[in-house]
Amino acid sequence: MNRKLSLMGYLMSAPYIIYFIIFSAFPIFFSFFLIFHRWNIVGPMKWVGLANFNMMFSDPLFWTSIYNTIIFLLIHIPLQVVVALVLAEVLNQKIKARAFFRAAFFMPVVVSGVVVTILWKQLYSTDTGLLNNLLMAIGFGKVEWLTSTAMAMPSIALMATWKNVGLYMILFLAGLQSVPAYMYEAADIDGATTLQKFRYITIPAINPVIIMVLILSTIGGFSLFIEPYVMTGGGPLNSTLSTVLYIYRQGFSFYKMGYAATLGFMLAAIIFVVVLIQRKLIEQDD
Amino acid sequence: MVIFKKTVFYTILFAAALTFLYPFIWMILATFKPEIEITEITLLPSVFTLRSYELVFNKIPIIRSFLNSLFVSVTATASVLFFSSMVGYSLSRLQFRGRELIFGVILLTMMIPAQITLIPMYILMVKLDLTNTYRALIFPASISAFGILLFRQYFKAFPQEIIDAARIDGAGEFTILYRIIWPNSIPTLITVGIITFMGIWNDVLWPLIVIRKENLMTMPQMVTLFSVGGRAEAQLGAILAAATLLAVPVMLIYLFFQKYFIRSMATSGLKN
Repeated sequence: MNRKLSLMGYLMSAPYIIYFIIFSAFPIFFSFFLIFHRWNIVGPMKWVGLANFNMMFSDPLFWTSIYNTIIFLLIHIPLQVVVALVLAEVLNQKIKARAFFRAAFFMPVVVSGVVVTILWKQLYSTDTGLLNNLLMAIGFGKVEWLTSTAMAMPSIALMATWKNVGLYMILFLAGLQSVPAYMYEAADIDGATTLQKFRYITIPAINPVIIMVLILSTIGGFSLFIEPYVMTGGGPLNSTLSTVLYIYRQGFSFYKMGYAATLGFMLAAIIFVVVLIQRKLIEQDD
Repeated sequence: MVIFKKTVFYTILFAAALTFLYPFIWMILATFKPEIEITEITLLPSVFTLRSYELVFNKIPIIRSFLNSLFVSVTATASVLFFSSMVGYSLSRLQFRGRELIFGVILLTMMIPAQITLIPMYILMVKLDLTNTYRALIFPASISAFGILLFRQYFKAFPQEIIDAARIDGAGEFTILYRIIWPNSIPTLITVGIITFMGIWNDVLWPLIVIRKENLMTMPQMVTLFSVGGRAEAQLGAILAAATLLAVPVMLIYLFFQKYFIRSMATSGLKN
């Protein structure tokens, strides 16, 4: 009986083992192999030692793309956390038509990123965009949302926040609803102000959610691709070139498989380290 | 005073909601405007026209791409539900050596950023001669580590007595899983189903890499290439119409099954 059941165990977990070997283990080991080679996928593979890494460290565009991503994250994450938290706070009150508001805030989350990007490309248009039309109508000047090197990445970060904030709002809302009401009641009796209650009850209670939001948006930010691909093509002057877009070009426009794999390897290492540091910092905070 | 405060509160809240809805409303209405009116701030077209849609249907096989996306997403989602629940069952209800090792490996693979496997996966597809096939889109998405973890967690709580009784009646493990446990796991099936479906449906990067033949392209990929390529002839109306065709089916499904969508996608936050 037990023998039969343990045999079934192997049989039923076999699909994952096969999947793991083909689509996880093999690609990871193969990438360790690729980073020491130069290869255009049709010709022969050539061992080049650490040449790919040397090239990467002196490749200004790769580091520009990392820098751009950091700019994106520095704007996107604080904005995302604050707006999502405010919306969640509001939806956690006893308000009318809560379902409608929740559904509205969540709408951009379910719509494809391609649609959102195409739509915002038009909203951001300098001469004919709705945003600038609106600004002009209330007496301000035009903003070069996507056409100036200083504004292009912040504009993309703003759009990404608009797209994702509904999801993080829901996560925060779940966190807020898990805070027992008696804690607030006790604080009321002790005469705590709203701000104090927020600082000493709400924030500690939703700390795990904040970590999650931080990590999810960091990973998402480092995966930035379709937004610059559709909106700006990485421009103006590479100011919105994301790392994944750069890897895509090296790999699938220039067919430099070894080099593209090296960049992917490096990006994965950077993401891993950044997420690890975030965890450590926040866990120490407690 | 209270009424005044409430009015201000709801006005701000409504304005916030409008910030998220207005752009979509504008986009959908703009596709029915003549090209020259699109950039104007007014919502309604002066004359109602379907020219933008005509242009889309004439220039790109958009219906075909919709069917491609539907086929790929449905097949991969079915596969994920079938296999992930199978593995989740074995990891939660069957005793065998190496079980904890498999569980550890799953957790480990979830921590590895996907960017590292992008190039090797492409080469794998080339070497297996799978580029420009549906299989290139389906196979890598055929099982999900996240799905396994969710099923494993959920199945743990299933009463052992029912499983034992079924075994005594001579039911095999597959029968127990798909005939007895599945009908009692609808919420988890829906959650994994929605997350998987949305993930595959919305993916653009992978299709751009492995599909180059137009008749096999997915819908988001087709719309992306239409919007950045020359074939839209810089006609904004046509680009917005293509985007609308991509957005509306998902929006409608979302409006009907809102509760499930929000609950499911909130679960996806637990991924990490």
